[in-house]
Amino acid sequence: MKKKRTVLISLLTAALFLLTACNSGNNVLLSGSTSVERVISSLIEAFNEDHPDIILTFNPTGSGAGITSAQEGTADIGLSSRPLRESETGVDATIFAIDGLALVVHPDNPVTNLTIEQLYGIYSGEITNWSDVGGKDAPITTIGREAGSGSRGAFDDIIGVESPRHDQELTSGGAIITAVATNPYAIGYASLSAVGNSVKILTVDGVPITEETLRDGTYPVARPFIFMTQSGTELSEGAQAFLAFIQSDEATAIIANAGVVQMR
Amino acid sequence: MKTKTIIEQTMKTTFFLCGMLTIVITFGIAVYMVISGIPAIREIGLSDFLFGQVWNPTGAEPQFGILPFILTSVYATLGAIAIGVPIGLATAIFLAKVAPPKVAAAVNTAVELLAGIPSVVYGFVGMIVLVPLVMNVFNLRNGATLFSAILVLSIMILPGIINVSRTALAAVPREYEEASYALGATKVETICKVSVPAAKSGIAAGIVLGIGRAVGETMAVILVAGNVANMPELFGSVRSLTMAIAGEMSYATGFHRNVLFSIGLVLFVFILLINLTLNLILKRGGAKR
Repeated sequence: MKKKRTVLISLLTAALFLLTACNSGNNVLLSGSTSVERVISSLIEAFNEDHPDIILTFNPTGSGAGITSAQEGTADIGLSSRPLRESETGVDATIFAIDGLALVVHPDNPVTNLTIEQLYGIYSGEITNWSDVGGKDAPITTIGREAGSGSRGAFDDIIGVESPRHDQELTSGGAIITAVATNPYAIGYASLSAVGNSVKILTVDGVPITEETLRDGTYPVARPFIFMTQSGTELSEGAQAFLAFIQSDEATAIIANAGVVQMR
Repeated sequence: MKTKTIIEQTMKTTFFLCGMLTIVITFGIAVYMVISGIPAIREIGLSDFLFGQVWNPTGAEPQFGILPFILTSVYATLGAIAIGVPIGLATAIFLAKVAPPKVAAAVNTAVELLAGIPSVVYGFVGMIVLVPLVMNVFNLRNGATLFSAILVLSIMILPGIINVSRTALAAVPREYEEASYALGATKVETICKVSVPAAKSGIAAGIVLGIGRAVGETMAVILVAGNVANMPELFGSVRSLTMAIAGEMSYATGFHRNVLFSIGLVLFVFILLINLTLNLILKRGGAKR
């Protein structure tokens, strides 16, 4: 059984290498963050409408694996949803989009701003009453995403909480918005595109979440979507065309539809 | 004559094959669940898996204890049965024995409609209406609780219990009831002491149907139960076995994903045990008589 699996894995790896090795410019392999899957899939779909001859394959392996694959050249394009560490060199990285998470509360909640430290306090369970952050004397109901979700991972990372205290864990941004809209004590987070008029969006560290503050990097609860290629390696025509497409005007709306803001 | 035999034979074979198909499907699913669920349980250790109280699949040191999920599923189902069975049974008695035909028709339509509502709609209405209501009535900071889940589930299992019990009650031979009346029993006495005991196995089947639905329900409870892996409290946010699978399946990778299959296996064993227990009860009840 184990032998069989090893053989299978090595065969698959060989096939993968072959695919990259005899890259005629028509096969482009992308690898990396699961969080960018949604935006990359819709971009690939739109790109293929005009370029049906270029075959793009995306392996959602995770940011770390995506960076490694670009460093080692096992994928044409690596994708990451976190900034590169100083030790991660050997790649040319470009931020192509920013994913911002809006902090939302019930419209009747008088609180309008929270700092990252206060968010840490709330989601770590140290702060449990709205009066501690300038609101009414009322308990705080924390709502978050389920373990494994990209938004949850990014949010916990940014505010620095390892295992957050949640009162509710919901499986989509839309569900979080609905839950917050019906609970005057609640706080939750979701992609900007999921937020409607039913909830109030907070400023974080005094900065409102808008396209501008996401672009200039002043809004803190955001993460970059990065594509990278191996330094000093010439890209295939197909890969070049796709990267140009990602940064084109045409892609702006597609990226926005996936809930993130395009960067150029 | 000859064509008739051919038709007879082909139809018989078709019926046989269809019958076999369900066996093949059930067996296939069972085998698949066991194969994909066992490895992760082995790695975690059965008792750590079943009785572990901490579920933290993405932590630095992941923990995979599913006792909170098991207890939540058990409590939610028991709660739903405690509320749903009396109401369902009473409704079934009303429909089968008491109601004038016109009223019965109206109630019947409502019950059928209730059965046809998709579970996500129950969940959505529960989230918008019930959760804030529970929060305000009981003065909680969060209305998405085990209690809300029990309320939604007890409504969801009603149609099944009502329909099956009503059919069973209607099938009780008239002679039984007539004999009871002839002995001077009142209508209520007849219903309680003759009709219901005679329809016992059908009613039990209805209850099992309800238990099965309550244990397996996912979409509705995921929206009203809060979905946090706490040890269950009546007014706390909880997560059941089904919610654990559905909630994390979309993002889970590697070992985490395998563990979700193991939870599926536990759920499968649960349903199997429920059915076996019921069969046993029914058989014993039958033997006594």
